[in-house]
Amino acid sequence: MAFVSSETSVTHALSARAVKILIAGGFGVGKTTMVGSVSEIRPLRTEEMLTELSSGVDDLSGVEDKTTTTVALDFGRITINPDLILYLFGTPGQERFWFMWDELAYEALGAVVLADTRRLESCFAAVDFFERREIPFMVAVNCFDNAPLYEIHEVREALSIDNAIPTVLCDVRKRNSSKQVLVTLLEYLIGLARSATAPAEADVAESR
Amino acid sequence: MKLENEFWFDEDAGPLVRPYAVARGRTRPTRHNLEMTTLVVAARTDRDVNVDREYAHILRMCQQPLSIAEVSATLNLPLVVVKVLLSDLIDWGLVIFRSPPRTSDVPQMELLQAVLDGIRKL
Repeated sequence: MAFVSSETSVTHALSARAVKILIAGGFGVGKTTMVGSVSEIRPLRTEEMLTELSSGVDDLSGVEDKTTTTVALDFGRITINPDLILYLFGTPGQERFWFMWDELAYEALGAVVLADTRRLESCFAAVDFFERREIPFMVAVNCFDNAPLYEIHEVREALSIDNAIPTVLCDVRKRNSSKQVLVTLLEYLIGLARSATAPAEADVAESR
Repeated sequence: MKLENEFWFDEDAGPLVRPYAVARGRTRPTRHNLEMTTLVVAARTDRDVNVDREYAHILRMCQQPLSIAEVSATLNLPLVVVKVLLSDLIDWGLVIFRSPPRTSDVPQMELLQAVLDGIRKL
């Protein structure tokens, strides 16, 4: 293959790095809306082809039993500074697919589980997923109009999550509200990192 | 859905060939360390490189650092196919890449603080 080089060509350097945060929750809870409300670009959609073993078929025979499913996810981008880009990925609606999508969760800084009080059970699976994978997460209750209002502690109880896990109310249609959710998540992550690196110091600080 | 049409290149055209044909039937990239948030950028600014259409499109697109997910979304091709194409471009020295930082890396605090500061400024 011939490469044409020209005198004017400039060599690019790549000093930037990217991190990601996942936005999870049941179908229609507002994941893409949240991504869109804080993203500097209109949410983009990417897709992956995942292979799964068909169930209920003789699985001794190998490749013939594998089916390929296309799973889509929406994401947005926030350029933190020229060297750091944050991507927000809304997990796909079909839970059984994203749960086997290892790459999605791999090296995520943390996750927001969006909850809808009209059907809290739709986010049980996401909570369970992050707990099992030890990915730090918080819960953000998206306050839909006409949705029953609950106290934060009632939501925590219903989801049976630890008191340490931040749980907030939000309206993901509003940029400021989505932004505040992310601030809460990052403060939580920083707190976790701090207590992991200096447990003694953290104890002292808390007892003050 | 309006949203889905907005990022198609060449007007409203969908992919002209089936995804795996673009990658010549390959479903596994030669490089296994490419992830959806791996950043890629064209190694050089010259655009008249003699490569096939999809490769040339990626090189034009990647004059600024982009994640593999963004390349995939813009080309309307699945991540796995884009990874195959990017592996080729990396092997040929036409694209450079940078993997996302490992969460096990020590300066995690600085990273998290930088992200928090950036979000606060939104």
